[in-house]
Amino acid sequence: MMRPLVWYQLREEIEEFLYFEADLLDQRRFKEWLELLAEDLVYFMPMRRNVKFGQHAERENTKQGEGISWFDEDKWTLGKRVEQILTGVHYAEEPLSRVCHMVSNVRLLDVRPSVEDAQEATVGCRFLVYQNRVEYENYSFIGRRTDELRRVGTSWQIARREIILEQNVLLAKNLSIFF
Amino acid sequence: MTAIDRMIDLQHGTVSREIFVSPQFYRDELEKLFARAWLFIGHESQISKPGDFFVSRMGEESVILCRDHAGAVHVFLNSCRHRGMKVCRYEQGNTSLFVCPYHSWSYTTDGRLQGVPLYRALYEGTLQREDWSLIEVAKLAVYKGTVWATWDPHAADFLTYLGDAVDHLDQVVDCRDGRPGGAEVIGVHKWVFPSNWKFAAENFLGDTYHNPSHRSVDMIGMGPSGQRGASSRRDNEYSGGQRFWVGFPQGHGMTGALMPEHTEYVSSYTQHPIVDEYFRHCFHERKRRLGEKARMLPLVGTIFPNASYHGRQPRGICVWHPHSPTETEGWRFFMVDADAPAEVKDVLRRYYMRYSGPAGMTEQDDMENWLYATASSKGTIARRYPFNYQASMGAYTKDHPIPGDVSLQITDQTPRNYYRAYASYLNGGSWDELLGRSPIRAAAE
Repeated sequence: MMRPLVWYQLREEIEEFLYFEADLLDQRRFKEWLELLAEDLVYFMPMRRNVKFGQHAERENTKQGEGISWFDEDKWTLGKRVEQILTGVHYAEEPLSRVCHMVSNVRLLDVRPSVEDAQEATVGCRFLVYQNRVEYENYSFIGRRTDELRRVGTSWQIARREIILEQNVLLAKNLSIFF
Repeated sequence: MTAIDRMIDLQHGTVSREIFVSPQFYRDELEKLFARAWLFIGHESQISKPGDFFVSRMGEESVILCRDHAGAVHVFLNSCRHRGMKVCRYEQGNTSLFVCPYHSWSYTTDGRLQGVPLYRALYEGTLQREDWSLIEVAKLAVYKGTVWATWDPHAADFLTYLGDAVDHLDQVVDCRDGRPGGAEVIGVHKWVFPSNWKFAAENFLGDTYHNPSHRSVDMIGMGPSGQRGASSRRDNEYSGGQRFWVGFPQGHGMTGALMPEHTEYVSSYTQHPIVDEYFRHCFHERKRRLGEKARMLPLVGTIFPNASYHGRQPRGICVWHPHSPTETEGWRFFMVDADAPAEVKDVLRRYYMRYSGPAGMTEQDDMENWLYATASSKGTIARRYPFNYQASMGAYTKDHPIPGDVSLQITDQTPRNYYRAYASYLNGGSWDELLGRSPIRAAAE
């Protein structure tokens, strides 16, 4: 499908934003990263269940706003997580992990009100987050993300992030990093 | 002297690192401990309707907690009697049959073998269906909604096994206003971490000595009311109370606080007036219902061997399933009062998530400790040097309004009791010995 040039420009702009964001995390510039999050942020990572064929839509993922997930939180809590790391005595991240975020398969799923005047965008991507800790601890977190972005001036803010990790039992001792 | 007796020296307060890393002791634990002790399986709220099931674990093995079509609760080994395939690989759901994917043997929800393909041609006259039901636990107990089971047909009944620890477990499973039972499980975290399972079990026995490792959360203040400070994680609700640590001969141990007689409600969740009001109401109701017993507030505990709990917030039961000597699967069952207002449940679940489990700001630091304590105890040299359990040697009383070995200061008496019971299991002790009733215990003291 041929799309107008402005669509590709927008996708490039948003890709650039996501890569910049990932780089802030990998460079441990956590406070700057927080500035990219909207005040009314929803940060959600469900748990994934093994369910019968045909029940996936309804039951595979835990739901935002009810029961227990890995994360179902707001900006205040993420701010506390950053503050905790910066105390220097949060031993699960002291010494700090080495983390590398890889973001790919970036897709514009919806743009509002229009591509020409993009104020909000729903963006899908895949992530591979590699964490290496102390000496021998290695974890790979692989999955999908759906972000709701909001234009703020010449840049973007993240208003909602849904993180779908492709695991059932979490194969890591901790989720002490950001996605 | 048996191998395990050489590992555990209660007189001097030492426990060898071997039992935290050695494959031999680990095999012994699976065969002599996990095959006999009462283990936590799940909660009735997870299987409220006939045909509901929840797949759980006992030791290393998968089991199915299930409510049959007549309403009775069962726990089955999740393995087909024919060739061993798991008959259920879903976590939770509702079914009328467990159909094995391998050769399609099928079982009813009460465990009976129903379908055997080509039965007439292949098995008629030989296979007696009634002999090939799913393997069921030897004993099962439903206590105020919680489900427990053991593989040992000679096991003491569950309440005898609990002994006086029952008053402490009650504070987890009862409603916040003191009504018996009435909890619901709102979700289960499952994760694996490279640590011996006993580090986790011990952590909850009342090891408040490890509080410095949680300094970061106290510095930033992420408690129910978002305050900072050493007691902020629980909104200072124990202040003014007499902290106690209590251990039992069956191996259970916990810590909590005995509040003064005329104690008043301490505001909590102050950012959420409806929640604060709910707990204020519960406080007064509980006092009215329980009287003197309402003075006791729980913190954490472990029901021997691997079912730990948080009694207040983040309320729930965590089970430490062994995977290998150096790997554990943690399951955290989060609980609320089933009839609590929606806003209360919502605020609580949010607090549970930011506090506990692998994403929990407090418990992440525990996992770091357990991992590296395990890793650095594997070495040849490390294993020559035991761990120290000498805190508050002898500093406990049996003469306290709270039954058990009660200490009013941080103590290793709870883990000392725990490892005494642990050694009895690994020595293949009688149930009298496992419950700490035998004269051997008296002699050891």
